[in-house]
Amino acid sequence: MKQARIVITGLGLTAPNGNTLAEFRRHLLAGVSGITTIDVRYMGRHPAGMCTFDPLKYQKKKDVRIGTRVGSISIYCAREALADSGVNLEARDKSRIGIYLGITEHGNVETENEVFNISQFKYDTKFWTHHHNPRTVANNAAGEVSLNLGITGPAYTIGAACAAGNMGLIHAAQMLRLGEVDFAFCGGVSESPQTFGIFAGFKSQNALAVHADPTKASRPFDRARNGIVISEGGCIYTLERLEDALARGARIYGEIAGYCVNSDATDYVLPNPERQAECVRKAVANAGLTVEDIDLVNTHATSTPQGDIQECVAIAEVFRGRSTPPAINNTKSFIGHTMGAAGALELAGNLPSFDDLLVHPTINVDDLDPQCDLPGLVLNHPRAVKRIDAILNNSFGMLGINSTLIIKRFVA
Amino acid sequence: MTKDACKKLVIDIISDIAPDEDLSGIKPEIRLRDQLQLDSMDFLDIVMELRKRHGIEVPEADYGHLASLESCADYLTPKFPDAAKA
Repeated sequence: MKQARIVITGLGLTAPNGNTLAEFRRHLLAGVSGITTIDVRYMGRHPAGMCTFDPLKYQKKKDVRIGTRVGSISIYCAREALADSGVNLEARDKSRIGIYLGITEHGNVETENEVFNISQFKYDTKFWTHHHNPRTVANNAAGEVSLNLGITGPAYTIGAACAAGNMGLIHAAQMLRLGEVDFAFCGGVSESPQTFGIFAGFKSQNALAVHADPTKASRPFDRARNGIVISEGGCIYTLERLEDALARGARIYGEIAGYCVNSDATDYVLPNPERQAECVRKAVANAGLTVEDIDLVNTHATSTPQGDIQECVAIAEVFRGRSTPPAINNTKSFIGHTMGAAGALELAGNLPSFDDLLVHPTINVDDLDPQCDLPGLVLNHPRAVKRIDAILNNSFGMLGINSTLIIKRFVA
Repeated sequence: MTKDACKKLVIDIISDIAPDEDLSGIKPEIRLRDQLQLDSMDFLDIVMELRKRHGIEVPEADYGHLASLESCADYLTPKFPDAAKA
């Protein structure tokens, strides 16, 4: 069955080191980290990635007060994506527009805030806010975008741990191909640094990054890596069927070539390189490509001692035998782990490679771990390449969910 | 606590609940909902802030007393802990 071709026609983002694609890309090429330190409730200062966009650019103060941080991130990214796409929303049938946002988790921030709030009142629950439920429903992020833009089509989130950012795009492509919607906002978002629980959980797991210099804390593939830097962020794309995009003369960033989502079914937290490799191989096949066609691999690696090795094992297995290896990089070394936003943001940081023919590096690799020494790794400095036609983006998550998304250069 | 002081405390709360609103020309006798963009959730926020900041309980049956700034002052002023001294 011939499937509709799906293309990216706009994007909006906020990352710890950039609030536009141009700023984000500039910093990725210049080696500028966005990691700082924040006060984490009950835990003191820890490295984290925080975004500096202005929520009041697109929201009233009252909406910021009532809504959530991830709602503000989502609205900012969606509005920026809409402007970038050039679409006049008022001229569109808003019931035919979908909003599909990947999230790692939701509700922890708001619940912790309320528990802390009532702790100031001897845990009397009559001080618990009536805003709790609309703030903590799982569809909050997408729902706030729907309210802000007046979009009446399907608007919901996709819970897929840290594979979720890719999932937003994959799900939107599927819905467009099914004819459920004509235009989609999709991607991933996260407000995770606002919850102490995620810091405490990773710390108890011995997987929380520690470094005297926060900009050096996220260091995938380096021998001294010691854990994850938790970050917030968001990246939302506009996706359309190719014929619709061409009909309105849209700028096309790239085409959804193929994807795969699978599950390890082996452990709550430990990744399974065999299933990860299977996910990558199936995505390549789904795209109608071979491993020889992949020019750039953006890794998921989170800077944990074990997880980075496991992904390297998977990538090495898939690309073994290639005459020249693909360029391989990692964006978390700049921005930490933006959780639900990771897949979508990290892809965005690499899309300009189609045009500028540069591969951004993995920074903070002072002493490459021999077990992560993949051929093709781009370390510490950007690499100029002759051509980029296909970008493969990995995003994996807890409970063993894996997602691989391949974007190819648009050729009519 | 005077009625004017009470009105000021209520306006302080409203300025946090509805931060986009200009409260400088608010008319005490006119219903708050007729001159400000306030919905039922906002009134629940006002009730919550009265509870948190001033220890004042407003039962649901009495929400109607919060309709205007004047009716707020009539209803709330005697409820402040120092009302007897005022």
